[in-house]
Amino acid sequence: MNFEIILHAGIATGSVLLFAAIGEILTERSGILNLGVEGMMLLGAMAGFGTSLATNSAWLGVAVAVLAGGLLSLAHGLVTIHFQADQVVSGLSLTFLGTGLALVLGEGLTGQTPPLLLDYNIPVLQSIPFLGPALFQDHGLLVYAGYLLTPFTWFYIQKTRPGMHLRAVGEKPAAADTLGVNVYGLRYLYVFVGGCLAGLSGALISLSVSPGWYSSQTTSGQGWIAIALVIFAQWNPFRAALGGYLFGMLRRLILDLQGPRLLFGLVNPLYVNSNYSFFLIMTPYILTIIALIFGSRAIAKKRAGSPSALGIPYIRGERGQ
Amino acid sequence: MAETNILPSGHTRIDHLEMLGISKRFPGVLANDQVDFSVTSGEVHALLGENGAGKTTLMKVLYGMYHPDEGRILLNDQEVSIQSPTDAINNGIGMIHQHFMLVKSLTVAENVALGSKSSREPLTDLHKVSQRIIDLGNIYGLEIDPNAYIWQLSVGQQQRVEIIKALYRGAALLILDEPTAVLTPQEVDEFFVIIREMAKDGHALIFISHKLHEVIDISDRVSVLRDGRKVGTYLTADATKGDLARWMVGRDVEFRPEIEVVERGEARLKIKGISCRSDLGTPGLRDVDLEAYSGEILGIAGVSGNGQRELAEVITGLRDATSGRIELDGEDISDLPPIARTDKLLAYIPEERMKDGMIKDFTIAENLILREYHKRPFSKRGMLNLKAIERHSEKLISNFQIKTPSQDTLAKSLSGGNIQKVVVARELSRQPRVIIAAQPTRGLDVGATEYVRERLLEERKSGTAVVLISEDLDEILALADRIAVIYEGQIMGVVQREDATPEKIGLLMAGVKEGAE
Ligand SMILES: Nc1ncnc2c1ncn2[C@@H]1O[C@H](COP(=O)(O)OP(=O)(O)O)[C@@H](O)[C@H]1O
Ligand SMILES: [Mg+2]
Repeated sequence: MNFEIILHAGIATGSVLLFAAIGEILTERSGILNLGVEGMMLLGAMAGFGTSLATNSAWLGVAVAVLAGGLLSLAHGLVTIHFQADQVVSGLSLTFLGTGLALVLGEGLTGQTPPLLLDYNIPVLQSIPFLGPALFQDHGLLVYAGYLLTPFTWFYIQKTRPGMHLRAVGEKPAAADTLGVNVYGLRYLYVFVGGCLAGLSGALISLSVSPGWYSSQTTSGQGWIAIALVIFAQWNPFRAALGGYLFGMLRRLILDLQGPRLLFGLVNPLYVNSNYSFFLIMTPYILTIIALIFGSRAIAKKRAGSPSALGIPYIRGERGQ
Repeated sequence: MAETNILPSGHTRIDHLEMLGISKRFPGVLANDQVDFSVTSGEVHALLGENGAGKTTLMKVLYGMYHPDEGRILLNDQEVSIQSPTDAINNGIGMIHQHFMLVKSLTVAENVALGSKSSREPLTDLHKVSQRIIDLGNIYGLEIDPNAYIWQLSVGQQQRVEIIKALYRGAALLILDEPTAVLTPQEVDEFFVIIREMAKDGHALIFISHKLHEVIDISDRVSVLRDGRKVGTYLTADATKGDLARWMVGRDVEFRPEIEVVERGEARLKIKGISCRSDLGTPGLRDVDLEAYSGEILGIAGVSGNGQRELAEVITGLRDATSGRIELDGEDISDLPPIARTDKLLAYIPEERMKDGMIKDFTIAENLILREYHKRPFSKRGMLNLKAIERHSEKLISNFQIKTPSQDTLAKSLSGGNIQKVVVARELSRQPRVIIAAQPTRGLDVGATEYVRERLLEERKSGTAVVLISEDLDEILALADRIAVIYEGQIMGVVQREDATPEKIGLLMAGVKEGAE
């Protein structure tokens, strides 16, 4: 076990979580809960992998993955925004739909070897002692893009006019509507953007971080961790990045812990029976619960936390909005 | 010409706006039935009507939030189509909603800027917006800190933000939907000064209210709505309070019912040194002492959000007190859970009747036994006794005049007045010792309001101690034997019925102690 390796792997895996979580943050900030991240991610992973195989272009694969995730999420948008159905039910169904589509369309992709996304080093930065090699060496361009996405999203939400509208639509859509802000349009937009980013994170897995198509094992629940991460992050992109990389490192650590037969001189229970690692796999969720408990008081005071209108369909003119 | 046509806020004025034959139907209600309405520049036109008369609906049609089934809108004699709030804003129409349309987690400037273009797209230009807010504030005496968050502001300040929001968008015609409902009498006076100022400058103002004295005070003309139809439009100067009431309700109305003299008895509820926290963790109540006696109505007056909710919840056990003691007929109930307090015949008519007063998806019969379902005869050995429940609800439905198709009707499908009757029936039928009634007539029509008040007066006569928490000062003045005024979680003073005037209570509501200036 080498901390630098864990950090390097954590950054790569964490980027997957980061893209999906930032997408979900944007969606939820607009007031729509989309629990279909896992499905959109898997569809993105399949679409990216398959397209790259068919066209010999990994980047075209990424583009198609983004589009696939976005289009799938629009189904959720239609059901919850237009038909005002329950967002939880619709989101869960979306996971089934996305997973099903991906498995059917991905038939026969296992074992194939399409072109993958290449890894690059960032000059100068890579020579920072210790952190340089972990953060700025041998990562795909998308991982580096993740570094920029975080501050950009924060700036967008907090400092731009469209970002202000996004916050208003998720907090009190009726107020935004009475001032001529297009509530429905914006909610569709951010559901779409969320889907695009989930699709992107899927392609990031299948074409870069752990390349290959292993049917539903490709994403293996990372979509759910991304949703937990949004709550852990309290809808803040910086905390999402922190949590994403942390959860990413945990993922790697869990694998590493299963390797050695002896741990600190004792018999390693994970080596003897790998089922015990289930307990470790739970840690992101447990950390989320802990963050929730400690976060809730601060939220009540600072009025941060979940967007007030999250999960509530907006119906113009309905009383009590 | 050009000069007189421009308002100080820099916008063109609306000389004349007319709504013709407006009809709007909701499932099961004709909310507006062929209503004509007009307003001119420089005028305050009051729209008077009871709850549910259709005032808000008519104005939401004008503001583009509802599409009328019939009717036309003429602006300066030209027909206009207003399909959305954006159209309304572009035509110079602004609306201040009965329930504020503010995003609490955003600042004043952000709320004002929402929906408008920015000069440095895609970034916000909040410094410019802030400057304009200050300028507009200076013209009309609406001081406000543009950088404050909405959740930090008092209700009166939030209302200023709403007005500034409309002015910022160039409103030449301003719709004010029950703007005074949330203000203290003094705040109402300040507010009226602003309204008059705006009218003088050439704005057209529509003032919605069901309070007669306010309409008489502020308006030039008044249109009365009843059951969705317009009764008529009158010059306010020609109308008396009695006329207005008759037009509004459809019959003669008594203003301050004479209250029977009842001998005051023992103290039934004693509250000593109660403090508690609000939902935000800030002090909700501070060292409150109160006593409510048998045969009296103790009124609790105050502006919304000054601890009324906390007080009701602490007494009923729904919120923990951080210190102090509560006694019911001499017995300490401070540490009892809510259900034990209920069993000791403490009745509670909660403020949010749909949320806290009943279970929407239960039937009337089920809602009527919520307090006693676990006891005989309604339940035996863990099984519900449906026969007994049925008999009980039949009795209450007829005794309390609840209008419902059957006792198996779901509570949520009843009208507001009947829902409240269910709550009142459930609470009062148990012959309580103390009743906590929080905003018991809010949102009810005149008939249901009178009904609830009569029931409370009957309870008083039978020796119950009634604590009436109400933000409607007129209601408190009409019913209460003593009036305690609550401000920022403290009792500012207790005034006897004989000494109570709106001015005196109003000062206390604003936190001004007697004697002090
Ligand atoms: N969005 C709505 N859906 C259904 N019914 C409504 C709606 N808004 C108002 N109503 C009904 O229309 C009538 C008029 O309501 P409203 O215009 O709010 O009255 P007011 O403002 O005079 O109190 C009432 O009977 C009310 O229940
Ligand atoms: Mg109304």
